Amino acid sequence: MATRWLPILWRLVQTIPVVIGVVIISFLLTRALPGDPAVQFAGQMATPESIEQVRAALGLDKSLPQQFLIYCQALLQGDLGQSVATGRPVLTDLATRLPASLELTLTSLLLSCLIAIPLGVLAAVRQGSWVDHLCRVLVTAGVSLPTFFTGILLIYIFYYLLGWAPSPLGRLDFVYFDPPRVTGFFLIDSLLDGDLRTFTGAAKQLALPAITLALFTLAPIARMTRAAMLTALSSDYIRTACAAGLTPRKVLFGYAFRNALLPVVTTLGMVFSFVLGANVLVEKVFAWPGIGSYAVEALVQSDYAAVQGFVLAMALLFVLINLIIDLSYALIDPRIGFSSK
Amino acid sequence: MLSVKDLSVAFRTRKGQVDAVRGISFDLAPGETLGIVGESGSGKSVTSYALMRILDAGGRISQGDVSWNGRDLRAASESAMRQVRGREISMIFQNPRAALNPIRKVGHQIEDVLRQHGRATRANAHEKAIEALEAVKIRDAAGRYHAYPFELSGGMCQRVVIALALACGPKLMIADEPTTGLDITTQKAVMDLMGDLIRERGMSAIVITHDLGLAAEYCDRLAVMKDGQIVETGASGDLFANPRHPYTRKLVDATPRPGVNIRDLLPPEIRTPDLPHDVGGRALLEVVDLVKIYPGKSGPVHAVKGINFTIREGQSVGLVGESGCGKSTTSSMLVRLLDPTSGAVVFDGHEIGGIPAERFLRDARRGQIQMVFQDATDSLNPRHNAFDSIAEPLRRLGALRGAALRARVRELAHLTGLPEHLLSRYPHQLSGGQKARVGIARAIALDPKFLILDEPTAALDVSIQAVVLNLLADLRARLGMTYLFVSHDLNVVRLLCDHVIVMQDGQIVEQGPTAAVMDAPTHPYTRELLNSAPKPPAPPAAALTNAAE
Repeated sequence: MATRWLPILWRLVQTIPVVIGVVIISFLLTRALPGDPAVQFAGQMATPESIEQVRAALGLDKSLPQQFLIYCQALLQGDLGQSVATGRPVLTDLATRLPASLELTLTSLLLSCLIAIPLGVLAAVRQGSWVDHLCRVLVTAGVSLPTFFTGILLIYIFYYLLGWAPSPLGRLDFVYFDPPRVTGFFLIDSLLDGDLRTFTGAAKQLALPAITLALFTLAPIARMTRAAMLTALSSDYIRTACAAGLTPRKVLFGYAFRNALLPVVTTLGMVFSFVLGANVLVEKVFAWPGIGSYAVEALVQSDYAAVQGFVLAMALLFVLINLIIDLSYALIDPRIGFSSK
Repeated sequence: MLSVKDLSVAFRTRKGQVDAVRGISFDLAPGETLGIVGESGSGKSVTSYALMRILDAGGRISQGDVSWNGRDLRAASESAMRQVRGREISMIFQNPRAALNPIRKVGHQIEDVLRQHGRATRANAHEKAIEALEAVKIRDAAGRYHAYPFELSGGMCQRVVIALALACGPKLMIADEPTTGLDITTQKAVMDLMGDLIRERGMSAIVITHDLGLAAEYCDRLAVMKDGQIVETGASGDLFANPRHPYTRKLVDATPRPGVNIRDLLPPEIRTPDLPHDVGGRALLEVVDLVKIYPGKSGPVHAVKGINFTIREGQSVGLVGESGCGKSTTSSMLVRLLDPTSGAVVFDGHEIGGIPAERFLRDARRGQIQMVFQDATDSLNPRHNAFDSIAEPLRRLGALRGAALRARVRELAHLTGLPEHLLSRYPHQLSGGQKARVGIARAIALDPKFLILDEPTAALDVSIQAVVLNLLADLRARLGMTYLFVSHDLNVVRLLCDHVIVMQDGQIVEQGPTAAVMDAPTHPYTRELLNSAPKPPAPPAAALTNAAE
């Protein structure tokens, strides 16, 4: 099936101009930020001379095209620059913080899907029953409560009142050692290491923030699943399948659910994108060392290299997610060819 | 074999209970084909769903008995019903493409059914599915096995649906409008195939259709349904020749057929004298070497390959052909919504084909060429009421405001026979016929000289179609309009048009005066089209005498 891979390859090639665009825009956006980083970093007691020195050291005294050229050259060598705030290379910072955010987001999305999709399917199949109403209540509650509120509420109940959860301070309690770094995901790394104690420790830390985010993302996924299932179930081909005597199970999962999957996957991609952005609040509440809080701090301090690195990393992530979604479309729906886009 | 007694089906809706089927009874003998005919909303499809017990949510059999080979299907358990469905009674549906799972290979869909009913195992399912496809005369069945429905033509999809229905050797097949949406030659091929298979396998069949000609041709016995009741049953040759019930007579009268006048379609009590229309000698529209090439995925598509024709002032010209023949592309180019690749469209002595479609919007002649669209429901803005829909062209192109606008809209409503109190209604509150009137009213709002009618009655029931066709004939005579009538129904074209153009594959294969082309076709394709059209029932004796008067 070589012909099947060709369009996928073509779709990959199509991402290249997007990435180039992202590099240019992230560079320009950062320059457009208000505030002068040279003044910021020279400190309170700076003289005009020392500010100029800092400016030269940061490379900000050169013209914009020159700066861009330097930025691109460094980028090609995998150098995202030095964060002025943390004093470490931006790449190192991102490498430690991005997995933390991703682990949180992916866990919460997985959790959310595990609840929302069956709930949506059930609500559609038993339209108007108690499951449907429960779905509606849960969905409304999920979106109407802001994440920082649910987060604090969960901490209050499970940490303060019940004492089931560990203190909401980062990814791992201080009694454990960080697992040896392979993927940067603590859950996976500790399992690879065979260290079950660290695994449970990390899982416990992850539980509350993941639930907080999951509650928030439940709504769109459940709603979309319900709507897509309702559309699919009222289609002509479902009637054909019923008239042919197929079992309800086969009709529901083999025929209706696969057709309903397409809009659900689209929603999933969108939810993933906005959750990565909405992470900041949850990360702050749970002192999670993620990429969101990193970006906010960098922004406040006009830390050009860090902001640029963050924007670039996020953009690449989105490109990747869109790619994955497009590819899964093609897997689900034979009607979708890449060449038609 | 199948015996239905006093069957009623009720639906729970927000407005209370609706009785879709009200106490119908019929019997079906082995090997017999029963046709159920009726207009939309008569409950004919619901009857078949009730037999199969696949009614939509909210619907239930409220009374009556369905007995199948001595078994009570109404009382049977759901799992027992699953054994019956597909194995003993199977169904095929209208709109075959939608009736197949769009994302599953057709071969796999057939395997699902075979394996469900234990007619195949994992090992031999593939082979049996291909056998099933071969049984419905699909060429290259092994290759088609891997096709998805979107890769097949409508006729091919219907063959797959039939293969699916026949895979497990049922004793009874129910066909619900099996050929609606298919081309006329495809319709004949599918119906002939179905007829042959039913005969070969000694099956019984129920064919549900709105097309009297189709029913008369392929069924042994017919039942006419109206408002959930069977008003008349009889042998198919007999029923239409001597209709006893007034409704059957009305249906027969309204069905377009050769040898009648357009007025004969209407019930006698509302027939008005025929208004003659004058065909002038001057050419209103000349089409010269018109070509349209679409860029396609696999090379350019030649939709229209250089056609020439002339429409004289006051003339009604029929443009007929099957889907994909280029008739819609042609009409879109003439109405100046689509730019021709090359060639000329000369309207009233001026070349307008070269004016880009966006510029023509503001051309003074925009109001003189108007169009009535195929689907009255889809072509009306759902958030505009009838008044706004009719007023829109007057506001935009006619610059009418206030009282003058209201007066003109009322006049148009009167002209098209739309009761004035319906002007405040929205499309979903109007019936199909009323929506068609709104569509016509807005098309003639600007007093166009030339009106393109794109299958304006395709979605309508025959009795409504009869009224709308007569309305069009009246308007033509009163307003002196010139028509281009795009249609696939040759019998309708025969009634309304003076001249007919037959298109195939983007080319005109034959054109001439309607009577000449229809009665003595010279091109084999025209002959094929005419032969494929189901022969409508012979007009009852009474109607003939009426026509003679």
